[in-house]
Order: sequence, then C-alpha cells, then structure tokens
Amino acid sequence: MSTNTTDRRAQLESLWEHDAVKILAVFGTIYITYALVGLALGYSLDGIVNTLRRMTYLIAVYGMVTLALNLHWGYTGLFNIGIAGFMAVGLYVTMILAKPADPTGAAQYAGLGLPMPIAIIGGVVAAGLAGLIVAIPALRLRADYFAITTIAFAEIVRLGITSGALQEFTIFGTELGTGGGRGLIRNYGDPMNVIFELEVFSSFVDLTNSLFGFGPTQARALAYSMVLVLVLVGIYWLIQRTSRSPFGRVLKAIREDEEAAQSLGKNTNHFKIKVFVLGCALMGLAGILWRFRRTGVTPEAFRPHVTFYIWIALIIGGAGSNTGSVLGSGLFVAILFEGPQYFRRLVDQVVTFGDAPNTFAGSVAPILSGDVAPFVRYTFEEFTTLQFVLMGVALIVLMHRRPEGLLGHREETAAAIPLTRRPGDESTAGRGGDSS
Amino acid sequence: MSDTEIESPEVPNDAADPDPQRNDIELSVDGLVKRFGGITAVDGASFEVESGAMTGLIGPNGAGKSTTFHCITGIHRPDGGTVRFQGRDITGIRPYECADYGLVRTFQIAREMANMTVLENLMLPAQNQSGEQLWRSVLPFARQEVEREERELLERVWEVLEFFEIEHIAEEKAGNLSGGQRKLLEMARALMIEPEMLLLDEPFAGVNPTLEHKLLDHIHELREEGYTFLIVEHDMDLIMENCERVIVMHQGSVLAEGAPETITSNEQVIEAYLGGEV
Repeated sequence: MSTNTTDRRAQLESLWEHDAVKILAVFGTIYITYALVGLALGYSLDGIVNTLRRMTYLIAVYGMVTLALNLHWGYTGLFNIGIAGFMAVGLYVTMILAKPADPTGAAQYAGLGLPMPIAIIGGVVAAGLAGLIVAIPALRLRADYFAITTIAFAEIVRLGITSGALQEFTIFGTELGTGGGRGLIRNYGDPMNVIFELEVFSSFVDLTNSLFGFGPTQARALAYSMVLVLVLVGIYWLIQRTSRSPFGRVLKAIREDEEAAQSLGKNTNHFKIKVFVLGCALMGLAGILWRFRRTGVTPEAFRPHVTFYIWIALIIGGAGSNTGSVLGSGLFVAILFEGPQYFRRLVDQVVTFGDAPNTFAGSVAPILSGDVAPFVRYTFEEFTTLQFVLMGVALIVLMHRRPEGLLGHREETAAAIPLTRRPGDESTAGRGGDSS
Repeated sequence: MSDTEIESPEVPNDAADPDPQRNDIELSVDGLVKRFGGITAVDGASFEVESGAMTGLIGPNGAGKSTTFHCITGIHRPDGGTVRFQGRDITGIRPYECADYGLVRTFQIAREMANMTVLENLMLPAQNQSGEQLWRSVLPFARQEVEREERELLERVWEVLEFFEIEHIAEEKAGNLSGGQRKLLEMARALMIEPEMLLLDEPFAGVNPTLEHKLLDHIHELREEGYTFLIVEHDMDLIMENCERVIVMHQGSVLAEGAPETITSNEQVIEAYLGGEV
C-alpha cells in the first residue's frame, strides 16, 4: 500500500516537471478559487466571468513586464529598477502619436493623429531608444550605480511628464503635450477597433451574450484580455528563444562573470546594450497595452511602486526562469494584488463588524484595557492599505525561506539544442535523465 | 586589381607565411610599464616568447608577473611600451579582442561560470557563432542554421572533454566541481577558442600532484600540436623541468631570460630570487 502511494507520488512529481502542467495547475487553482469566491459573494455568472477576466488582464500585463525584467535581471544580471519609466515612455509616446492633430472641445492637447498600429510601434521604439540612452553611459558603471541610474531615469520621466514645461510644447511647428499632472485624455477611438469592427467579432459578442449574459462592452473587454494573453504567449516565446541560444549563453556568462566572458572573446557591452534595449522595448509594449484603452492616463500610474510589483512577481517566480516569471505574475496578482480586497469582502460577508475607529491610535488604545475588537475592526476596514504591508512581509519571508523563488533553482539550458548525453555514446543507455 | 597598393594593416593569419619556421617569435613585449598610483608594478619589462614553445615566467611575489599578463591581455592598459603578437601591435587592446588574435588566458583563481553546466561553459567561448546575433537566434529560418552550428559545436565540446578526460562531469554545474576539475575546465574552455597561444596564470596552484601530472601531460601534448604557452608559476622545479625557456622577473623588470640551465646558474637570479640556496 505504501509503495503504491510513493509510486503515485513519484508519478505526480514527474508530471509536475512539465512546464505546461505547472502553469495549468497554478492558474487552474487561481481561477477555481476566484470562481468559488465569486459564488460565495453571490455574484451572478457574468460577474464571476468578469472577475476572472480582470485577473487575466492583470496577469497578462504583469507577466509581460516580468518576462522582460527576467531578461534583464534573471539572465543578464542587469539591475533595472526603472521599469515604470520605460512603460511610461511607451504609453505616452503612443498616445501622443495617436491623438488627433486638431483637438476639438475639451480634448485639450493635440497629437500627431497617426493610425494606432504605427503609434504602438512608435511607442515601443521610443521605449527601446530610452533604454539605449540609459544603457550607453550607465552600463559602464558598476551594477549598483547602474540600478541608481535606471530609477533616476524613471523618476525623470515621471516628473518630466508631470511638469508644466512639457504640458504643452511645440516641436517643428507641431503642438504636442504630455498634459502635465492632469494627464492625457484618450480622444481617439478604441485602439482595439481593428478587431472590434471585424465581422467575426459580432458573433463573438453574441456568443458571450448567450454564454455569460455579457453586453457588448463586456465582450470587448473579454476580447481585449484574450489579445493580451496572446501577446504574453508571443513574448514568452521570444524570450525563451532568446535565452536558449548562443546569445542567451553569453547573457548568462555576463551574469556569472563578466570579466571572464570578455577574456573568452565576448564584447560584453555589446550584448548588454542589445538585451537592455530589447527588454525596455518590451516594457514599453506592456505599458501601452496596459492602459491604452482607458479614457485617459496620468503620470500617477507610473510611480515607482509599479516597478517593485514587477520585482515581487519575479522573485516569487524565481529569477532566471521564464515559466517562473509567468507563474510569479499569476501568484502575485491573485494573492498579493487582488487577494486582499476579495478576502475583505468575504470576511464582510460572514462577519459584520460594527463601526471601526477612525484612527490607528483609536484602535490600539482599547487593547490596553483588553478590548481587541476595535483593532480587528480597524484592521479590516483598512485591509487594502495593509496590502503593502502584506507584500513587504511576503517579500521578506521569500528572501529568507526561498530566495530562488518557485523555479529559480532550475536549470534553463542556454543552448539552441538540448544538451543531453552525447549522441552515439555508449552511455546513452542512461539517457532520459534530462528533465526537460 | 587597382587596390593592390592599399596597405592592409591586419594581415589575416592564413595569408601569413605558409610554412612558419619554428622558433619564430610569437609574442614580444618591449619596455612594458604599468603604474598604479605611486607604485610601478611593471617597470620596462621586455621579453620574447617563441612559437610552439613552453615558456615559464617566474619571479618572487610582487615581481609584476600577473600585471604583465593583465597588460598583455588587455585587462590593464599599459602606461608605456609595446606588445606585439605574431608581428602585430596589440598594445592596449580590449580583453575581448584578444580571442580574435588567437591569444587566450586563464586566471590565477579559476573563473568558471558557476551556475552554468560544464557543457555550457565549454560552448560559450567558441568564436564566430552566428547565434550570438540576437535575430539569428530568434527568427525561424536563421535558427535552423544556428541549431546546426550548435550540434557541431557540441561535438567539438565532447572532443575537448574527452581530451581532458572529464566527460563524466559534462552535465554538472561548474560551481559543483572540485578545485582541480575547475582548473581543467578553465583550460578546456580556453582551448575552445582555438587559440594559437595560451597564457596560463598559475595553472597548478591548488592542484594535487596526480592532477598536476595529468595537466602537465595535457600541456605537453598540446605543445606538440603547435600551441605556444606562457606559464606563470611559483613552483621553480616544475618550470625548470618542463619549460624550454624561462623568463625571470624581479621588481617589475626582466632579470634574466634563457634556457633553464643558464637561469639556474645565473648569479643575479640566485641572489634575487633563489636566495643563494641552489
């Protein structure tokens, strides 16, 4: 009997080795849990599907950026803490390019009125160029100074966008603007219209209507999330290829020992600049896809905490593993980002707390006289704020208990072919030991 | 053929003398100077290394041997003097350019890529890998070519592993190797560049006597294949027994240069380095 269970255990463990199984298991658990939470909260079907759609949207966006960061930090050892800045460059450039040239009514600042696909490409290129500008002087610096340069860049971008000087400016006789602290309003059509205007899309709307009772707006949102998942898969593929190649091998070598890599004939600066620009361009793309459908954007969206969210996701998943990056994003969004508010709603459903005290002091003071209820009530009232504390705690526990994250311990072969035993070797009998 | 007049500053290797005479000068260092602040680590060192020979570079601690290595291989930029390799001036080249010339070094403390497997470590140094260009590694049609190259490269890696008799650790992470295995890996990795000259910085430090013999056998075998060696080493006997020529450095400059027998009988060397014991 016991051998039977160990057998089964071994079977399960070997099943777990497959990346697809890991992704299915983790995301299956996340989605089922949230569906159950939705049920418990008394959501209707469309409400539950909508909850899951929002999760998907967030996971896809965070996944993209985390993959790009994994390319920087996990593979090459480039400590980039200016992620929010590169995302901002992507989104703002795209919006400025796409906004109509002659604004009407309250639509404030003018743009260049370019078609959406060109605006997106422009935004991605701009983010890549921003990466180049940062990389060329900064990569000569030591790792820690490089990190400081990147966060300084991100803050320069954010404060630059916010500043009145760039709120509206004229360049080559064309009036443009970042909108300053008030932000930019999207006064062009839905950027996804290319898809929404397709013939097929109306049947998709009908389908979601009959399945979940979705209206057209919800159907569009669902399609948008699905497109983001496709882009995520594309980026995963791109980075997987990049890392499993001679190029990726040099990146890994730079992370391990840059001077030794140079003595082996590798112009490491060259590789570092290329990979930094690529990662920044992808961060720009993620920034665009993240918010380009919203009615507007403000610089507030690109405060440094965005950067640290991405770092948490990467650390959960394990730096150096692409699959880990995607899993880490999923867990980050499900547990740390969205988890607290749903937890609070659930608790609200079950227990009814009275009025909470207004201040922290007011909640702590009664503890001295043995009454903890006000403190508990206050804690739940402020649960979404506590999210940041929760993230900090999670990060500390991870660093302490499992600094390599979920999958960071794993071997990710840096070659374009599987590096198994030598073909034709007598010892091929022992083959199959590779865990890929 | 109007461009026959144009002088090509870099003569490709294959265009060089088709029948290179033995005992050509492979590397020549002339008046090399390197200062760190007020300290002159290398003070006008000049020496020559013959092609296809094993040359030992010895000297007491602080004689400037390692700094000389760093200057030759571009890790330090010399403050004066010239370095010529196969007749070409390579003074102050960048470290990654050395490999292009067929000049490769190992480090005093083995610097393996700890989190990469032995196979990955050995695939890394190969030159002219088209897959090191990002787009070739990504785009499908070019990727096929990259994969073909990788298979060929892997074959070569296995040959080198066989030569050093370390096939059994091929899939091991380099960080898990013993000190001696790391030294072997370091040397194997240098060979993967297909260099013409190897600069070995204390290759026998921290290596047990059995492995030391093995390493020496490998070096002799490679020398017979035509590789040139310049070896920095503390073990006098080892250098005297194995090298055709010995260069003695003292206080940043070359004290003596010649065959081992002449070195051991050189009064100055005995006084400065051997302390009159011999």
